[in-house]
Amino acid sequence: MDLSYSPEEIAFREDVRAFLNEKLPDELAEKLRRGGHPSKEEQENWHAILNERGWLAPNWPKEYGGCEWNAVQRHIFEEECAFANAPRVVPFGLSMLAPVLMKFGSKEQCDHFLPRILDGTNWWCQGYSEPGAGSDLASLKTRAVREGDHYVVNGQKTWTTLGQHADWIFCLVRTDPDVKQQEGISFLLIDMNTPGVEVRPIILLDGTHEVNEVFFDNVKVPVENLVGEENKGWTYAKYLLTHERTNIAGVGFSQAGLAGVKRMARAEVSGGRPLIENPHFAARIARVEMDLMAMATTNLRIISKAAVGQAPGVEASMLKVKGTIIRQEINDLARRAAGPYAMPFVSEALEGDNDPVGPDYAGHLAAEYFNYRKLSIFGGSNEIQRGIIAKVKMGG
Amino acid sequence: MNFDLTEERQMLQDTLRRFLADRYATAERNAIIDSDAGFSSDIWAQLAELGVLGALFTEADGGFGGAGFDITTVFEELGRAGVVEPVLDTAVLGGGLIAALGNDAQKSLVEEVIGGGVHLAFAHGEPASRYDLTRVETTAKADGDDIVLNGRKAVVANAEAAGQLIVSARESGAVDDADGISLFLVPADSSGLSQRGYPMLGGGRAAEVTLDDVRLPASARLGTAGDAFPAIAERVAAANVALAAETLGAMETAVELTREYLMTRKQFGRPIGTFQALAHRFSDLLIELEQARSAVINAAGHLGDADRDRQIAAARNLIGRVGRLVAEESIQMHGGIGMTQEYELAHIAKRIVMNDHRLGDTDYHMERFIELSAA
Ligand SMILES: Cc1cc2nc3c(=O)[nH]c(=O)nc-3n(C[C@H](O)[C@H](O)[C@H](O)COP(=O)(O)OP(=O)(O)OC[C@H]3O[C@@H](n4cnc5c(N)ncnc54)[C@H](O)[C@@H]3O)c2cc1C
Ligand SMILES: Cc1cc2nc3c(=O)[nH]c(=O)nc-3n(C[C@H](O)[C@H](O)[C@H](O)COP(=O)(O)OP(=O)(O)OC[C@H]3O[C@@H](n4cnc5c(N)ncnc54)[C@H](O)[C@@H]3O)c2cc1C
Repeated sequence: MDLSYSPEEIAFREDVRAFLNEKLPDELAEKLRRGGHPSKEEQENWHAILNERGWLAPNWPKEYGGCEWNAVQRHIFEEECAFANAPRVVPFGLSMLAPVLMKFGSKEQCDHFLPRILDGTNWWCQGYSEPGAGSDLASLKTRAVREGDHYVVNGQKTWTTLGQHADWIFCLVRTDPDVKQQEGISFLLIDMNTPGVEVRPIILLDGTHEVNEVFFDNVKVPVENLVGEENKGWTYAKYLLTHERTNIAGVGFSQAGLAGVKRMARAEVSGGRPLIENPHFAARIARVEMDLMAMATTNLRIISKAAVGQAPGVEASMLKVKGTIIRQEINDLARRAAGPYAMPFVSEALEGDNDPVGPDYAGHLAAEYFNYRKLSIFGGSNEIQRGIIAKVKMGG
Repeated sequence: MNFDLTEERQMLQDTLRRFLADRYATAERNAIIDSDAGFSSDIWAQLAELGVLGALFTEADGGFGGAGFDITTVFEELGRAGVVEPVLDTAVLGGGLIAALGNDAQKSLVEEVIGGGVHLAFAHGEPASRYDLTRVETTAKADGDDIVLNGRKAVVANAEAAGQLIVSARESGAVDDADGISLFLVPADSSGLSQRGYPMLGGGRAAEVTLDDVRLPASARLGTAGDAFPAIAERVAAANVALAAETLGAMETAVELTREYLMTRKQFGRPIGTFQALAHRFSDLLIELEQARSAVINAAGHLGDADRDRQIAAARNLIGRVGRLVAEESIQMHGGIGMTQEYELAHIAKRIVMNDHRLGDTDYHMERFIELSAA
């Protein structure tokens, strides 16, 4: 056991910090600090900056242009990015689709799509969930029927994150309705510019447009866009879901978030004293901080056990449950810290188009508290994760 | 002991519930929230006509209620429907403060409030006061026969709609003394008074109000100089009862929506409510809701007695805790649907949680409770 960072890791952290200092646009970091959302262009620009440095794909093998970082390096990178208010890398192409293509896709698919993920030519979104198939994903109904050299797709996906920006969607579709649910699903890559694809916005409770419904009406998809074998999609989908869970604990976000709460609590005054000296608030902060200290170690323990690029098993479910509880607790603390100034909601101010009301750190905190309720719902809800843990440990 | 509503209150509850069920569905309400004014004058006029505003004032003040249980009857129904109209600001706080402190001339405003003809706002909180009721930096200085106000007021709910603002200002004492605070009736169009208005996340609008040499006649003062605090404390207590009841009503809606959803949404071939992981949590919500109802009853029943502030602190702390649980669990048990703007739960959950930022949050009321229990 040794809890200290090696000289190489310390040097790596300094590299990352220097890079962020130099390359992360100040305006963008400031906008995100105030709770703004990166535009499509800002997001793409940030990906390009990371790509130029060779840091866009931490889990990819080097042969495809990845970093092959180990768990500690990934953790350091995520932490520094969170502290610097860098945009999160959009995961759909980079950390969801790419591992599936590398493992199950054809050489042609890898050669065609992987470079386009890295250089930003394609923006991917994830078409798993449907109105009737959420937790029970295998009950999905979107139908793909083979007709000669293409499939004809009909149906609907929903909750599609950033589908409004995407030009490609990877979908789970039903290719055989007559067998056990899990055995009739295929993994299909669909160009969203194909006739018959329609994207409609869903507005979330904080007023943001980040998810969509995607409708398919007789959409023709070339058979080359099938990944792996027909009716084996469920296996690939589950492989992808374990990758979706690798940074699921979000330790870096929690650490940056907690530091933000402390900054606010020093600035806010309650009963004539800084809020951070208020015993009730201080106890709330302390409790989360103790949990987070343990979580940081749990996270490193679990992900360093898994080899590079490999996803942990049932422990990933544990990380997700506890990691999201901690993140949501920090969101709750942040909105509390803002006091009455959590109430004003001037969404243009978050995007920098209007002055904030009250302290400039306060305007987005309540909205973010509500938005981040999603953490315990998506990517397999916390109930589903608990079910997985129990099933693995007790059978049944 | 008797835990039933009187016949009059029962009638008021039925009437108001029916009216809101008819006229205040999700889509209409969300359109009201998005409107420039942030509330509907039409709904407001009808609330006045139904006697909802009158029920919040005593007979001596021209109403027909005004007791703790009148307040809870009204606000529970407002909360159930997620009403954003400023009943708290115009009636309980604004009208209530004038009724408590005003002279006969000033009290004519109370009649107008009850009739639905005027809006008021209580401009008390300041950028640095957080939830402290006694911290008032805004000053009132005599200048000849006039009084001159200077200062800033923060998150003043309903300020833009208000014809008159009831502004607290210090005439003497240290910055956090209870003594030395006065209230003034300040016309919204007074020179030197400026506002920056904005919407709030839980619905309705508020404003940052700046008072820059606002000159008033001494007759604008409510009550005697420096003595307003007891009336402020009494009205804030009533407003806290209202907020607790409103949150209770909103929680009932959240739990009812969750109940219906658990019974109808199917995954894995069965209603999700049949999964015990959800069924037990739903049961916990019902258990906590009963506790919340009792806390509201305790607070309302003690509004007029010596244990008032401790009971209110207990109720708001408990409701704050239960409110967070109900809002979060209701969203969670709905899955993605619970996150969408156009579903009723979205506004209801926001209303529940954002109420915890008005007139003291869970921690503030915990501290108050500890202080008052030690005394
Ligand atoms: C903001 C956001 C972004 C998303 N982005 C995407 C995306 O990009 N692509 C995509 O495909 N999907 C996406 N999703 C969908 C997400 O994966 C689903 O919301 C999630 O799987 C839950 O499904 P559901 O919403 O249908 O809820 P349901 O499955 O209907 O669940 C409702 C409730 O029941 C519980 N429940 C269900 N089954 C059980 C059980 N067996 N035992 C105990 N409890 C149970 C759930 O945990 C939940 O609390 C997103 C969702 C959100 C909210
Ligand atoms: C101090 C004491 C005094 C008692 N006095 C009496 C008495 O006077 N008369 C009498 O008749 N009995 C008495 N009992 C027995 C008591 O009623 C049983 O212990 C109780 O019914 C639980 O049964 P069990 O111990 O067999 O546990 P089990 O039923 O085996 O339960 C084990 C655990 O599983 C849980 N569990 C069981 N079924 C479910 C389910 N469907 N869903 C979720 N969780 C479940 C239980 O809550 C418990 O945590 C007493 C018990 C104790 C400890």
